[in-house]
Amino acid sequence: MNLVIASTSSATFPVLPSLLIVPTVGAIILALLPRSRKDLTKLVALIFSTTTCALSLWLLSDFDSDTHSDTFQFVSRQSWISDFGISWSFGVDGISLFLIILTGLLFPIAFFAVDPDHNDRSYFAWMLLLEAGVMGVFCALDLIVFFLCFEVVLVPMYFLISRWGHGNRSYAAMKFFLFTMSGSALMLVGIITVAFLHADSVGGPITFDLIEIAESQSLTQGAARWLFLTFALAFAVKIPIFPLHTWLPDAHTEAPTAGSVILAGVLLKLGTYGLIRFGLYLFPEASHFFAPIFLTLGVVGIIYGAVVAAMQKDLKRLVAYSSIAHLGFIVLGIFALNTEAIEGSVLQMVNHGISTGALFLLVGMIYERRHTRQIDELGGLQHSAPLMAGFFTVVMLSSIGLPGLNGFVGEFLILLGTFTAHRWWAVIATVGVVLAALYLLWAYQRVFHGPAENENAEMTDLKTRETLVLLPLLALIVFLGIYPKPVINRMENSVKVLVTHIEKHVSDFEEPVNRRSSGEIKIDIHKSEEGH
Amino acid sequence: MFLASNSIPSPEIVWWALVPVIVFAVSGLLLLTVSSLLKKESSWLAPTITLTAGIFVLFSSFPMWNKIQNDGSFAFLNDSVGVDGSTIFLTGLIAIALISTSIIARPYVHREGIPASEFYVLLLLSAAGGVVMAGANDLIVLFLGIEILSIAVYVLVALHLRKIESQEGAIKYFLLGAFSSAFLLYGIALTYGAVGTTNLIGIRNYLATTVLVEDGMLMISFALILVGLGFKVAAFPFHAWTPDAYQGAPTPVVIWMAAGVKVAGFAAIIRIFPLTFASYVDDWQIPVAVLSGLTVVFGSVVAVVQTNVKRMLAYSSIAHAGFILIGVQSSSIDGTAAVLFYLGVYTFLASGSFAIATVVGGEGDSNHNLDAYKGLAKRNPALAALFTILLLGQAGIPFTGGFIAKLGVISSAVDTKFYFLAGVAMVSAAVAAYIYLRIIMTMYSEIGESEIEEIYVPKGVWIVTSLSSAVVMVIGFIPGPFVEITKDALPILVGS
Repeated sequence: MNLVIASTSSATFPVLPSLLIVPTVGAIILALLPRSRKDLTKLVALIFSTTTCALSLWLLSDFDSDTHSDTFQFVSRQSWISDFGISWSFGVDGISLFLIILTGLLFPIAFFAVDPDHNDRSYFAWMLLLEAGVMGVFCALDLIVFFLCFEVVLVPMYFLISRWGHGNRSYAAMKFFLFTMSGSALMLVGIITVAFLHADSVGGPITFDLIEIAESQSLTQGAARWLFLTFALAFAVKIPIFPLHTWLPDAHTEAPTAGSVILAGVLLKLGTYGLIRFGLYLFPEASHFFAPIFLTLGVVGIIYGAVVAAMQKDLKRLVAYSSIAHLGFIVLGIFALNTEAIEGSVLQMVNHGISTGALFLLVGMIYERRHTRQIDELGGLQHSAPLMAGFFTVVMLSSIGLPGLNGFVGEFLILLGTFTAHRWWAVIATVGVVLAALYLLWAYQRVFHGPAENENAEMTDLKTRETLVLLPLLALIVFLGIYPKPVINRMENSVKVLVTHIEKHVSDFEEPVNRRSSGEIKIDIHKSEEGH
Repeated sequence: MFLASNSIPSPEIVWWALVPVIVFAVSGLLLLTVSSLLKKESSWLAPTITLTAGIFVLFSSFPMWNKIQNDGSFAFLNDSVGVDGSTIFLTGLIAIALISTSIIARPYVHREGIPASEFYVLLLLSAAGGVVMAGANDLIVLFLGIEILSIAVYVLVALHLRKIESQEGAIKYFLLGAFSSAFLLYGIALTYGAVGTTNLIGIRNYLATTVLVEDGMLMISFALILVGLGFKVAAFPFHAWTPDAYQGAPTPVVIWMAAGVKVAGFAAIIRIFPLTFASYVDDWQIPVAVLSGLTVVFGSVVAVVQTNVKRMLAYSSIAHAGFILIGVQSSSIDGTAAVLFYLGVYTFLASGSFAIATVVGGEGDSNHNLDAYKGLAKRNPALAALFTILLLGQAGIPFTGGFIAKLGVISSAVDTKFYFLAGVAMVSAAVAAYIYLRIIMTMYSEIGESEIEEIYVPKGVWIVTSLSSAVVMVIGFIPGPFVEITKDALPILVGS
């Protein structure tokens, strides 16, 4: 029955709006659920999040990766405030597709994994609202709708951290909210300015339609550069790019486990996705102009994140800092401005979501058992929890970027692409790979190796539920590591269109060609210099 | 044409257009008379009359609105009173503010032992003044309206007889208010000196057609009028009375001050600056823009260091006034529509927020410290949830009316190329978000079981807070129709 619907009405069924509507409806139902039926809360949350997940997988099956198809698919438009020219317009391309699927997958997993004492209606309602907001960001093709969703996710996240977090949670929640809200304050002015300047130069009514504004490139160079900065600031805070990262360790550490999973897995991608969609696509010239700054900040983030992570005493904080390093890689890849690197970045966004999500889940499981995350107080856990140690090893190796696991593919593509375009940045970034191995292996050693004492010796191993939660993530880690082709194939067309778009609008820019993909296996260093 | 006849000219009066003023004024006077004749004070008579008057005016504004939309705007009484979309729209808002104030006030007045009939009489008279301002087409009429409105409010602020802060706030408000009235009057006089008329249409036409060789007097009159009206809407640096008056005044009166008085003040501002002084926009735009920016920054930043919730909301109302002024400075159709939209949303935000403050303030209306809100989510989850919606609305979070309101005024600033102003305002909004979050955080903070005490919430407070949060949410999700209404409600100066 479902198949019939999918095949006959896929063109008319508004699948993208339903990605927002389904979780929102779930949240409303949860809010209206009578207090006496607390037992139903988790069930309702799971039903609605799995439905959303199914919808996102449906996107995958119906997505047309043919090179001749339009960039944006499943496009739907519905006027919202006609006086301001704002409409609910949604669409996906190969770049947002996998982020939507990642979101769809991580939420049910986070629900399953959640500590059993979180049977609060509002906890699940906020999570579902968060999912709706995130989906909105990844689907939006209207600048204002994008901003609305980008901004509205702060509210559920704020409540999740401040009400169900650990330790210093109110401080962390407040810091998270204020940092990100101040960052995006100027973006709203930027968005409105873009629309007005576009309307001024093109003539006609105000519109906030992303495709129309981006394709016409009607802004003057100077204006576009300034406006790019207002957008970039918002994304830089959200990603976060060094030196705007200080909210991240606090928020990640104090958030409840599921919150950290979503925060690291999905929310940080809002920034990097924004950079691609609303930075590179909307302001190609400005992105090229400012690229050296972002490449440098990306590299600084990689090294800084790794060094600081190595010195953490708290396991969760360590994972949090490792995120800064990983996101540095993604930023580096985005601003290398060529097909491989951007593909690598998008892939790495998904990979980071999976592996860091899994790491946070594992750290959360350790915390649930031992009530501490201090690395010194842990040790020898592999004796008492061999299964957990096994899972941790694979996830950690994926995060390090071991060949054969997903992290490698993404990092390799990023470094390859960056190397052809900006060699020295790539060289320094490679140090980050080594450092990642250092801090993660060292942490692993201290937590899982050695003699187990006292409570560490009596720690229980993974329960069936926990294994079930981790298994899909593990499967993805291995699958994407061995066979990333289906993912890369689907995003390739969109990334190529994006890079061509940048080339078209930057006069003195040509995509540095990578000889590997054009048949010349040996990389000729002298020739690749022409790309500069 | 009357001037041509020999009889004493008597201006034409369109009675139906005066219904709101007449209803408010007559019911106020009626209430005054009746309650002085009654031997024993009745607890329901005064609120009922006030509420009926408010609801009557609110509903009578619908047919009036339709008539104006169909037949167009007009002026009467020798062009001194104008009736256009904005008059009706703002009269409606004033009625809404009056309704929520009187609903909240009934249990409050009873609880605090405030003389009930005086309270309502003054409220009705003040509302009558506000409606006069919304329809003023002549500077003298405007001044009359302001005085009717203000003098009643001075007394209302002082009405909490047992509270010294109430008297203190009232004295400050009164003294500064009297000064500002003098400024305004002086500005009116200078305008008359420069232009030769106090009629808004006359002034506009004169300024549009005549080039003044010496326009110093006119400039001074702009400045003086701006000071006078800036005081009424609590714009920086004429805001000094606001925190003290808000803190000291009986809390229902604060609803009236934040919603009703502000609406009336801006009604005058959007008629005078963008319309009457339209041809001198280059001269007043920059000062108003600077004033609006400073107001937003000042209100937001100073709010952050407050520990008293009423003071916080007072400073945040200053910041809101700054945002509304941003719409005024753009002096455009969209800007004025944004002002009207913002006023509409803020009326509901203020009504709901201060209504909750009356409840938490408790007996004596003095418990407004942030600590009083501690654990409100445990003591009364529904009330805390409603307050959260209202505070998020004030912070301008997406999918609340507050966001659309901010979007409107910021767009108008961008439209007139005041990018810096737009940026400063948005950053200040992010700063101001801190105070709203702080209140929310306090409400949801953990408290021990022993500290959980029942909080008594009168029915009226439920009605006002739930309705206003519902409106704020509805406007946030379906803003389209409301934007249309404000576009239809633009003020226009038409002579007869």
